[in-house]
Amino acid sequence: MKYIGKKLITMLITVLIVTMLVFLAFRVIPGDPVSNMLGTSYTAEKAARLRTQLGLDRPLPVRYAEWMKDFFFGDMGKSYTYGIPVRPMLAGKVPITVTLTLISFLLVVAISIPLGIYTAKHEDKWYSKAIDVLNQITMAVPPFFAGMIFTYLFGLILKWFRPGGFVNYSIDPVGFVLYLICPSICIALPKAAMTVRLLKSSVLGESRLDYVRTAYSRGNSTNEVLYKHVFRNALIPVITFLGVTLADIVAGSIIVEQVFSIPGLGRLLITSISTRDYPVAQAIIAIIACIVIIINFAVDILYKVIDPRIR
Amino acid sequence: MNIKSFILKNKRLAIGGSITAIMVILAVTGLFFTPYDPNAMDISAKLSGISPRHIMGCDNFGRDIFSRVLAGLSTTMVVAVGTVFIGIVFGTLIGAFTGYYGGYLDEIMMRFNDAVLAFPSLLLALVFISVMGSGKLNVTIALGILFIPSYARIMRGEFLKCRNLDYVMSARLMGASDMRIMFVHILPNTVRVMLSTIAIGFNNAVLAEAGMSYLGIGVQPPDASLGRMLSEAQSYLFVRPGYAVCTGMAIVLLILGFSMLSEGLEKNA
Repeated sequence: MKYIGKKLITMLITVLIVTMLVFLAFRVIPGDPVSNMLGTSYTAEKAARLRTQLGLDRPLPVRYAEWMKDFFFGDMGKSYTYGIPVRPMLAGKVPITVTLTLISFLLVVAISIPLGIYTAKHEDKWYSKAIDVLNQITMAVPPFFAGMIFTYLFGLILKWFRPGGFVNYSIDPVGFVLYLICPSICIALPKAAMTVRLLKSSVLGESRLDYVRTAYSRGNSTNEVLYKHVFRNALIPVITFLGVTLADIVAGSIIVEQVFSIPGLGRLLITSISTRDYPVAQAIIAIIACIVIIINFAVDILYKVIDPRIR
Repeated sequence: MNIKSFILKNKRLAIGGSITAIMVILAVTGLFFTPYDPNAMDISAKLSGISPRHIMGCDNFGRDIFSRVLAGLSTTMVVAVGTVFIGIVFGTLIGAFTGYYGGYLDEIMMRFNDAVLAFPSLLLALVFISVMGSGKLNVTIALGILFIPSYARIMRGEFLKCRNLDYVMSARLMGASDMRIMFVHILPNTVRVMLSTIAIGFNNAVLAEAGMSYLGIGVQPPDASLGRMLSEAQSYLFVRPGYAVCTGMAIVLLILGFSMLSEGLEKNA
């Protein structure tokens, strides 16, 4: 309990620091929003009135507190470009990005854990070495390049999916998930390759420890020792890594959404940054930040469940 | 064991080193010389395939792809080196002071570091870029600043480990100042860790730059950039897949070579 409490406080502090950074970053932008809004009808008196109206004359900490309050109650301001509230703009996009991230993450786990154990078990065999080489190469392929190769091979040549043929989940949930599989593989592959290596070296490292010999001497079979003893311990560094990876996957999805023209948060973020639509960019970044921080919190808790020695 | 047999025994080091050497030579060449002007357009050669005149063909504006890959490689390399340089200099300074002195400052800096590290760096780079505007210099500064916390954390660990070792104690007994102990005595002992950190950081920088340029918010024309070329190549994927493959492979080889080199060094150091 004490552990969870400590982690909870850390999480809150992190949310505070990150949102503060985001808030400040968007305040130091050169250019005054008031003179932008007034344009040619600018007079000192009008500007002062508008500034009071928008609350821009108050000190920064107060404005930060207001922004945080509004943000958590779902009021994220209005888009400069479209003049409509930010929240409905984002509402439909969050599930898309979250689904993409989740599928990618599940793929990483599903590929890397069996493969990692398998290569560790058959360390000296040629196929294990072949997997090592393949891993090394896979790690070096950026997701957006993998995405283009996949689009060409599976989309244009083999016609397994239609590039750009994204369907929204509200229209066709099955088609939606199917379309996301290819992008997810692109995000997952390099991360899975890294995880396989880490798990392999972690399992091999654990196998040399004394408790493994003791377990064998008590008459356990190889599989029993591997799954009951070694695997559990070997998993600890891997979970730390997977936590970091999840944050990377969220970031990776921003780019891959662009490759596969998926209308998620990432694409909107890029558009809003290039058109300098700050309220939108600020809201998206804050949302992604919160998602990542919550994920990290969950990883910390999971950590404790798997390894009770951690305080 | 002499150097020659050391390299030959370590296949990873040998292969990684060769790939890296080739890529570095290509990038340095690209800085001073390309077969064609990377921005010169020749509409008659638009999207032409591989030919003796254009060994990788031409893009949608009839620009020579090989020249653009060379120029893009050197841009990427300059950004990555700049990024790593900013990160390692400030990271080492912060790491040295916090690790050596400890105390409240250390506690605050590390909390702050944790917060920044818990965050996808690409996203922070996007925040920075949306505030500062894009371009080669801003990308380098943004990525450099973002890499400071991770370097600082690693260097802090090293300084913390060394500060109570015997040789530091004796230096202190001999009347060396804190500054001298930190930068003359401890710093050389952290070189190994620093090198492997630099290698990882270099790869991350290459990936981040390519990703941001792909999204159109990184390096801006007229600077050639591999990421930006990939995003242009995507529209012509069906007609000229070779455009995307040549450009993408340059990124893949750069990262592959560097990661193999650093792992090979680490293994036998």
